[in-house]
Amino acid sequence: MDVGLIVSTIARALAFSTPLLWAALGEIYAERAGVVNLGVEGMMILGAVMGFIVGQSTGSPWLGLLVAAGVGGLAALLHAFISITLRANQYVSGLAITIFGLGLSGLLGRNFVGVPLNNAMGFVNLPGLSSLPIIGPALFTNQYLLTYLGLIVAALLWFVLYYTRLGMTLRTVGESPVAADVAGINVIRVRYLAVVFGGVMAGIAGAYLSLAYRPSWGENMTNGMGWIALALAIFALWDPLRAVGAAFLFGAFFTLSFSLQSVFNPQLLTLMPYVFTIVALIIVALGKGGRAFGAPEALGQPYERGER
Amino acid sequence: MLERFGYRLEPRVNPPGHIVFLITLAAVAIALFLTGVLFAVFGVNPFQAYGTILNKTLFNFRGFTEVVRKAIPLILAGVGLVLAFRAQFWNIGAEGQILAGAVAASGFALFVPLPPFLMIPAMFLAGFIAGGLWGFLPALLKVRLGVNEIITTLMMNYIALYIVRWLINGPWKGQSTTGFSYSEKFERAFWLPTLGTTRLHWPTLAIGILLALFVTFLLARMKLGFEIRIMGESPNAARYAGINFFKTTMLLILFSAGAAGLAGVGEVAGIHHRLVEPNSISLGYGYTAIIVALLARGNPLAAIGSGLFLGWVFASGDIMRVSLGIPSQMTGVVSGLILLCIICAEPFMRYRLVRGSSPPLSQTETEVA
Repeated sequence: MDVGLIVSTIARALAFSTPLLWAALGEIYAERAGVVNLGVEGMMILGAVMGFIVGQSTGSPWLGLLVAAGVGGLAALLHAFISITLRANQYVSGLAITIFGLGLSGLLGRNFVGVPLNNAMGFVNLPGLSSLPIIGPALFTNQYLLTYLGLIVAALLWFVLYYTRLGMTLRTVGESPVAADVAGINVIRVRYLAVVFGGVMAGIAGAYLSLAYRPSWGENMTNGMGWIALALAIFALWDPLRAVGAAFLFGAFFTLSFSLQSVFNPQLLTLMPYVFTIVALIIVALGKGGRAFGAPEALGQPYERGER
Repeated sequence: MLERFGYRLEPRVNPPGHIVFLITLAAVAIALFLTGVLFAVFGVNPFQAYGTILNKTLFNFRGFTEVVRKAIPLILAGVGLVLAFRAQFWNIGAEGQILAGAVAASGFALFVPLPPFLMIPAMFLAGFIAGGLWGFLPALLKVRLGVNEIITTLMMNYIALYIVRWLINGPWKGQSTTGFSYSEKFERAFWLPTLGTTRLHWPTLAIGILLALFVTFLLARMKLGFEIRIMGESPNAARYAGINFFKTTMLLILFSAGAAGLAGVGEVAGIHHRLVEPNSISLGYGYTAIIVALLARGNPLAAIGSGLFLGWVFASGDIMRVSLGIPSQMTGVVSGLILLCIICAEPFMRYRLVRGSSPPLSQTETEVA
């Protein structure tokens, strides 16, 4: 492999991994608080469509991004209400939001299909860093702002999770809501905040696709990325920094598989990310002897005060 | 807050069937009401819209056969999912399993020389096995390694989708179909018979109903059904009782995913008569079947009813588009609304409103115990 190919692979992997990273980071926080959100795909696609519509009609992709984040958060609020307050099945609630989101996004965006975005988010070249040899073109040239932001946010989230009181609170709520409650933590509020935060992140991930990466709108354009992000949260063992590596690894494998285009049919290569996802889950499971190691103890369990 | 008005919520341990039914009905009614609001948003009078839809689906023979036709894959996949959900196996992969069934049936029809009287049973058998096999990997990974089946079954959907796309653009692309991506047409003798001039491929419907009956019997009377129920309701008890999780899960997924595979056979052999675009083979039936199964609340026979209901939603989508100018994407929104409303209605089944103040604590505890 020559240097040029390595450089372009890294650069493309980074761009591809960005939406996965944003969505996975959000899901990590939600799950750390003990709530599974199967609605990530739905929140991403709603973010993508609303981001595009607002970005297209106002001419400002940043306003689109803001709205996408809000829409993702709103959908997550619904998930939080159903799964935390109503204590209904979290799986079904998330699935419902995904099915609803996919339907609604198709309806909302039907007049925008295939229309190129007038004013897309532009590339950002980091001054100085982009002129470095090899590393410059690989990491710091022609990437979107959201790619860099995602890396910074990941580092921040990692720090918050492990080295601050807030992170401690979040982890306690996910590991043992009873203990958290006894310690005076408002379990319900923490869970609400974590889930809504996850939705905001998913909305941003969707907007990255429709406002920067593509930049256009197409029905079902997230194409399972929300589900892959869910798998990434597991693969990263619920650690924000590991999520960076995991997302990048995904991007790299995916990009590399396209250099096999001469050997394999391109149509078959498009299914690679889904195969990787399964493989990644197998690797985690094998590594941990078949136990969901590292998963928050109370993951998926609704909390009812005074239950026992 | 309620106590101020002299009421309190009391948990219901086993909500009676009629309560569950009535609350589900109310949830569906709310979803249809919200759909009416959406009609109004699109500038269509909701009463007129529902009038037109009812006229053209339920009070019109051809329209009604379309409802049933759309219900066929939903009933088949839905019954399969009822079985999986009873074991707490979250099979979200019916969509891919439908496609696997469709591919297997097409493979037989296109490439295996069989006399017509053998071909149709062979296609169904192949579709059942292919669907079941498509569910094997997620099931195996769940039992052996504890891998979350929701994600793996979903990934298998995408893999199936791209394989079908590859087949119809590559190795199975028809010679006479230049410019289009689909396979050669099946020989006419291999088409499923339909009811008169309608598109209702009744053999698939018959299989669906038989399957619902069989699964009912399986759950109620057979050892495997008993094991499936115990596994779902109390995994610890199942382990204690020495139930073989591996065997039970694999058999369970064979039936669950196999049922979806049969639905795929019906779609290609009964309607398209060739392998077509994955989104044309299944209009999201595999995902909608989740709603069918949840509406049926673990009862395979009820899945016939909920399958017909969602079949009506699908058929209504066509009417909406053609007669009312409402975009086809509305079907997805309505399905999502229905599922959201059912899930929101769940607490009403688990609690009931009773007059009076809270019983003393000790009493509550004995009640729970």
